[in-house]
Amino acid sequence: MKIAIIDYNAGNVQSVKFALERLGINGLLTNKKEEIQTADKVIFPGVGEANSTMKHLQKLGLNQVIPNLKQPVLGICLGMQLMCSHSEENDTPCLNIIPQQVVRFRPKSNEVKVPHVGWNNIEVKNDTWISSNLSDEYVYFVHSYFVEVGEYTVATTDYVQPFSAALQKDNFYATQFHPEKSGSVGEQILNDFLKIKK
Amino acid sequence: MLTKRIIPCLDIKNGRTVKGINFEGLRDAGDPVELGKLYSQQGADELVFLDITATNDKRKPLSDLVKKIAANINIPFTVGGGIRSIEDADVLLQAGADKISVNSAAVRNPELINELANNFGSQFVVVAIDAKLYEGKWKVHLNGGRIPTEFNLLDWAKECEERGAGEILFTSMNHDGTKQGFENVMLEKLSEVLSIPIIASGGAGSMEHFYEVFAKGKADAGLAASIFHFKEIEILDLKRYLKAKGIPIRI
Repeated sequence: MKIAIIDYNAGNVQSVKFALERLGINGLLTNKKEEIQTADKVIFPGVGEANSTMKHLQKLGLNQVIPNLKQPVLGICLGMQLMCSHSEENDTPCLNIIPQQVVRFRPKSNEVKVPHVGWNNIEVKNDTWISSNLSDEYVYFVHSYFVEVGEYTVATTDYVQPFSAALQKDNFYATQFHPEKSGSVGEQILNDFLKIKK
Repeated sequence: MLTKRIIPCLDIKNGRTVKGINFEGLRDAGDPVELGKLYSQQGADELVFLDITATNDKRKPLSDLVKKIAANINIPFTVGGGIRSIEDADVLLQAGADKISVNSAAVRNPELINELANNFGSQFVVVAIDAKLYEGKWKVHLNGGRIPTEFNLLDWAKECEERGAGEILFTSMNHDGTKQGFENVMLEKLSEVLSIPIIASGGAGSMEHFYEVFAKGKADAGLAASIFHFKEIEILDLKRYLKAKGIPIRI
């Protein structure tokens, strides 16, 4: 299986490659259109700020490539947010693959910290790409913006309010948390993605 | 529910863990990767690796070590020690570090925090602050606590947040090594003033101390070194204890 990991100057992409290696898969870090288009599966990671990251994608022409991919694509963290229509972070138009808005956490008191950093539990809906036995398990998050719960939400987490921990629309899959950093639970979720048949 | 984090800290010198560490079942207790892996299996939520190598040229060996850690450990980890520039940080990011921590270099050149946050995102930037209370004032110290500054702890922590720090790692030098508990009064104040997460360090000696740092100190994470290294407290026991006391904890 050929897995392309999109490498576009968006944080710790190495950790995704290492996580795949621990599962016995050699992922290819690449920003070349042809290599991404011909992979069996594509992982679209990312941490950092939405606006400058979208600019990187545009510079590489990947903003045209990613929405048209036909194989399963997994967006992680900022990757998931960029799959949506628009991010409130510096008023950024995104790839518009999943018609959802990305908004900022606005807690009522200082006791609730932003960014949302650490391990929080997920509630997984029935019959989605994430194994339902992982409901209530903990995964690692680090983000200040989130996707509201909507039609394409397949798992939710509660912080300030319930938000989308994972999404799916057609061949586009996504997690707000970092499966590559979420211990054995994260490994199972990566495996769930790797098992998806076209 | 977001859980409180338990973070073992490993001091690294010339690529090896320091402090007498005696673990059964570890082939090589001096190997930071093996020890980190063991902690992650025992339920550590994150790891901090602090490079205390004295030599100036530690960039290459540290990045080699970070690669090994990133390849073997499936929880987040922070690397600190002598990071002074964007270049230093970038080498560690490329090697697979999730976060870096800066301390003295940020006090000497506060603009470094902005540069790091702008280049890599706030989630990558932990600012470590060592402070000591004397004559009624909490003063920030440099170089592992050897050099006092005129910086006031609360003002500096607030400035770090404004400049783009993602988390603050606060060590009370009055408490560090005493095993008498964390500085919960100051931690609670920091928590009121800051809207970013706070990692508490210095003073952990018992499981109750961790309960207090979360319940009273309002810390988001508790960090300790020797009590874990010497197995005075097992991470899993600690987490069970905290959970039973009503603290949100991942087990």
